[in-house]
Amino acid sequence: MTHVLDKPLAAARSSVRKARSPLHGGPLAYAVLIGATLLAVFPFYWTLVAASRSNSELSAATPALTPGPNLFHNLGEALDQAAIGTALINSLIVSSVVTAGVVLSSTLAGFAFAKLQFRGRRALLALTVGTMMIPPQLGVIPLFMVIVKLDLQNKLPSVILPSLVSAFGVFFMRQYLVQALPDELVEAGRVDGASLLRIFRSIVLPVARPGMAVLGMLTFMATWNDFFWPIVALSSQNPTVQVALKSLGQGYVPDQSVVMAGTLLGTLPVLVVFALLGRQIVGGIMQGAVKG
Amino acid sequence: MALSSTARLPAAKSAGPAGRTRRRLAPYGFLAPFFVLFAAFGLFPLLYTAYVSLHRVELQTSEQMDWLGLQNYTRLLDDPFFWNALRNTFTIGVLSTVPQLLIALGLAHLLNYRLRGRTFFRVAMLMPYATSVAAATLVFAQLFGRDYGLINWTLSSLRIHPVDWQASTWASQFGVSAIVTWRWTGYNALIYLAGMQSIPGELYESAAVDGASRWQQFRHVTIPGLRPTIVFTVVVSTIGATQLFGEPLLYEGNSGGGISHQYQTLGLYLYEQGWTFFHLGRAAAVAWVMFLLIVVLALLNAAIAARRNRTDR
Repeated sequence: MTHVLDKPLAAARSSVRKARSPLHGGPLAYAVLIGATLLAVFPFYWTLVAASRSNSELSAATPALTPGPNLFHNLGEALDQAAIGTALINSLIVSSVVTAGVVLSSTLAGFAFAKLQFRGRRALLALTVGTMMIPPQLGVIPLFMVIVKLDLQNKLPSVILPSLVSAFGVFFMRQYLVQALPDELVEAGRVDGASLLRIFRSIVLPVARPGMAVLGMLTFMATWNDFFWPIVALSSQNPTVQVALKSLGQGYVPDQSVVMAGTLLGTLPVLVVFALLGRQIVGGIMQGAVKG
Repeated sequence: MALSSTARLPAAKSAGPAGRTRRRLAPYGFLAPFFVLFAAFGLFPLLYTAYVSLHRVELQTSEQMDWLGLQNYTRLLDDPFFWNALRNTFTIGVLSTVPQLLIALGLAHLLNYRLRGRTFFRVAMLMPYATSVAAATLVFAQLFGRDYGLINWTLSSLRIHPVDWQASTWASQFGVSAIVTWRWTGYNALIYLAGMQSIPGELYESAAVDGASRWQQFRHVTIPGLRPTIVFTVVVSTIGATQLFGEPLLYEGNSGGGISHQYQTLGLYLYEQGWTFFHLGRAAAVAWVMFLLIVVLALLNAAIAARRNRTDR
């Protein structure tokens, strides 16, 4: 279908109406969206229901659909039986350290790629972006051998070290700084004779802050939820939350309601972050995040 | 890093030779933290995997490597479970990616309307993305339970015969795909929404002036405008589907992927070879095969996108 585009008329009309999203949602749109929202949220609700019931209630002929009285008993059991307490502390340490490392190293390298001239710049950037497409499993076996050699198995550095830098993070910060940081600002600092490090501290960092915040949130969530590498590197004696959940799923705890209580505990911190920063996370992803 | 001393230089005068050298080398100082760690924990393992895959390496004695040549690869091609995993990866990949992206496209279109509670809808739909693979799978495994699961109970109440979501091949693959779909649909809907909002409003205006219905506008303005975004999501989802691992591992909690390996994916097969059977060399061979598969799929996607572009213009 080819239309003759009636440009002048269109322009006249768009000045009357806002260009963005010309249509109002009708009742049908709301109905579908509410249905989708319920589907998205129901499993969370069900986790709460299952975690607050007893095992016999979960295998009754008519399942319970409302929360019951057993929540705190089950949470206590989960903390006792599955090392969820240790796991929460471990995950908090790992995710915080990794987030700090990724944000800092990405901002430094992203700034260099965005605003500095140096030999090999394009090749190094291409190398960084190129490796973003490579599945992490490809490096897992040698990485495991390295960790064994360094005697880091079952210790937190084994999951921290490999994640401290991220090719995606560097690319993300570069894209952000290319458009957010005017060349004139950097130039002005140079004309004043400030060293690059000083320019970075007093000019680049303040401008980069919003991008760093988005990268930080995405990195924290991805690290908290990381699965493949931690279950290879850590045991259920010194687990992150995901490793502890794996032990729950493999039947180390026979009680389904306790399994669900552990799942609830492991998901809660991320949900709290989401409740507080949901809007910013949505904004960050719409700016073009990549599955990590 | 050799960037610490700050020589305050008058702007008009050129710096001395030492200062100039520092200026030239400074950018590398900024790159160093990233590239040093990236080389050690990112690039080196990638390359070393190829070397490992040509050796017999056992988990308990990972210091010791015996040269095998291509034997790991030939054994792989002789293993029916490898082909089974390849097949499952493909069917679960299609089952989880195609409906997911179509639903995401529809939802994005609705989210693009002017709505009350716009932010609420967006945040609620992104919530599954914040859940970990492990947590989501444990909850869904409960819901899909054969005897006491909520889904079968609902089916029974509707007088529909309950389904064995674990033992039956297609039902278990559907179950695993449902977890993937639940986690990623909202995320992709937001990516599409961002793409839709970058389509200029005038295009819709002129289409409307030309008498195009809402559906025609969607087909002839929205979809072509979203093409790069769609290609991006297809590529990323395909790569994600190729690596599926956590969902099938925890669906019933064993690395075999079901009683008859009916939903064992390549990622799970790799894990089983390496950390259930302790054959690290063979696992490395699986990793390389997976990588080649991803490269082929990415090239295929790119070729299809290029051809469509040519035929459409």
